[in-house]
Amino acid sequence: MPNRVIAGQTVDVNDEGYFTDPTQWSENIASELAQEAGFELSPKHFDVINFLRDRYMSGQALTIRRVGKSGLVSIKEFYDLFPGGPLKVSSKIAGIPKPASCV
Amino acid sequence: MLINPMKNLLILGGGTAGTLMLNKLYKKLDASEWKLTVVDKDENHFYQPGFLFIPFGMYTKEQVVKKKKDFFPSGVQSIFAEVDRIEPDDNQVALVDGRVLDYDVLVVATGTIPRPDETEGLDGPLWYKQIFDFYTYEGTCKLADFLNTWEGGKLVINIAESIIKCPVAPLEFAFLADSYFTEKGMRDKVEIVYTTPLSGAFTKPVASEVLGNLLEEKNIRVVPDFYIERVENEAKKIVSYDGQEETFDLLVSIPVNMGDDMIERSEMSDDDDLNFIPTNKHTLRAIGHENIFVIGDATNVPASKAGSVAHFEGHVLLDNILSYIEGKPLEASFDGHANCFIETGFSKAALIDFNYTTEPLPGSFPLPAVGPMSLLKETRRNHFGKLFFEWVYWHMLLTGKPIPVSTHMSMVGKKVPEASASNGHAGDGADVPEPQPIEETLTH
Repeated sequence: MPNRVIAGQTVDVNDEGYFTDPTQWSENIASELAQEAGFELSPKHFDVINFLRDRYMSGQALTIRRVGKSGLVSIKEFYDLFPGGPLKVSSKIAGIPKPASCV
Repeated sequence: MLINPMKNLLILGGGTAGTLMLNKLYKKLDASEWKLTVVDKDENHFYQPGFLFIPFGMYTKEQVVKKKKDFFPSGVQSIFAEVDRIEPDDNQVALVDGRVLDYDVLVVATGTIPRPDETEGLDGPLWYKQIFDFYTYEGTCKLADFLNTWEGGKLVINIAESIIKCPVAPLEFAFLADSYFTEKGMRDKVEIVYTTPLSGAFTKPVASEVLGNLLEEKNIRVVPDFYIERVENEAKKIVSYDGQEETFDLLVSIPVNMGDDMIERSEMSDDDDLNFIPTNKHTLRAIGHENIFVIGDATNVPASKAGSVAHFEGHVLLDNILSYIEGKPLEASFDGHANCFIETGFSKAALIDFNYTTEPLPGSFPLPAVGPMSLLKETRRNHFGKLFFEWVYWHMLLTGKPIPVSTHMSMVGKKVPEASASNGHAGDGADVPEPQPIEETLTH
């Protein structure tokens, strides 16, 4: 399993750069991953990231619709915050697995 | 003399999950102590895996429909009526017609329903004219009629949301469409486009590696990260939230999937308003309700919504309901096991077997009497396995007879590619329960 150093910490990631252990995540790591993706994290970004982590940790499947119904952002705002596939981009920064189907 | 009143076990939904659970419980519960009742709004049982084949003339419309009642044990009460709501605090279920049913134990098996009304314009003027779903009997039959006379054009397949029933069926539809138009001698007149909200048609690393080239080989164009916002009927196009557009001559839609509206009326829905019931993913008990259990597509557990999942859940749920009745802790644990064939066209199919923590892997899948099947590989044998499964479904799965596949996923026969340590626990086997002994050999 590959690992890499982000914000001074060594974390386990898969070939696509998604965390394989969400407990290794920190807000500093998130900020550095966002910079790599070309944007800075605002408090709104963190609201969404914390929502996703919370839902993932409680064993729920995530969807774009679920974020849109969270009361935090609309789906359009979600796209504006995390351009280029909002759920997969935000999941990577949130240190949780890539949204996937069964195959 | 004190006479104990009969206790009530009530099942809502008489589809795949509800029927197999009813049969299992009927065999185990003492008939002098328990009264079993099943409620469903529809008298017909549909063999849903067959819906995929109807548009391509591989199955007739008639062969997928039977009477639900024929699969219920004779000693149970069946009520064909619509449920208004569950009232968990009173241990009651209210029907729309005003009747009220008491329960001691409730099993919710009300499934999932495609909801075209959740996407702007999807159920507009072109619905069932140039836009079809194939997850309903009506949709797949109308699509079959349409394809019979279609002269070609641009076929767009769209998946509206990532939580859908039988997540591989849209892919199978694309493969079978390629096969169907080729065999009709009109493949050059049909462009096939596959639009998905996920990052690709295949999303798991090993499956992508092994089967990912199939789409290109079959000349199916994949548009990833396409999250549909609306359908423009006049312009005949679908538009995503970030402004991507695809025009179509024929749109085959997999609409947003939701649980029954009854769940919402009962205020038991999950927080993303898809009406799936928050359920413990291992015990299958509804969270916050000690005498309510959930099986099949109605749960919010992160397993595939599929009949095979309901089948494996059935073993676990039976044990846990019996434990609950006896006042014991719920010790049976569901591992997310799913097992399904993926039709790839031209009389071939692949087979996948996976659970919560192990992604589909290549190798062989042992099956007593039938022999090993190939995993993640296209073979004719797998295709015939899928066709044979129809017999298994009607005669064994629904009636709760043992099927020689272990409840928990087994690593026997699976090959772990070296580079596959990419999916969390996948492949290391650490979280994989020991394979259970096979209950009995397939004989018929």
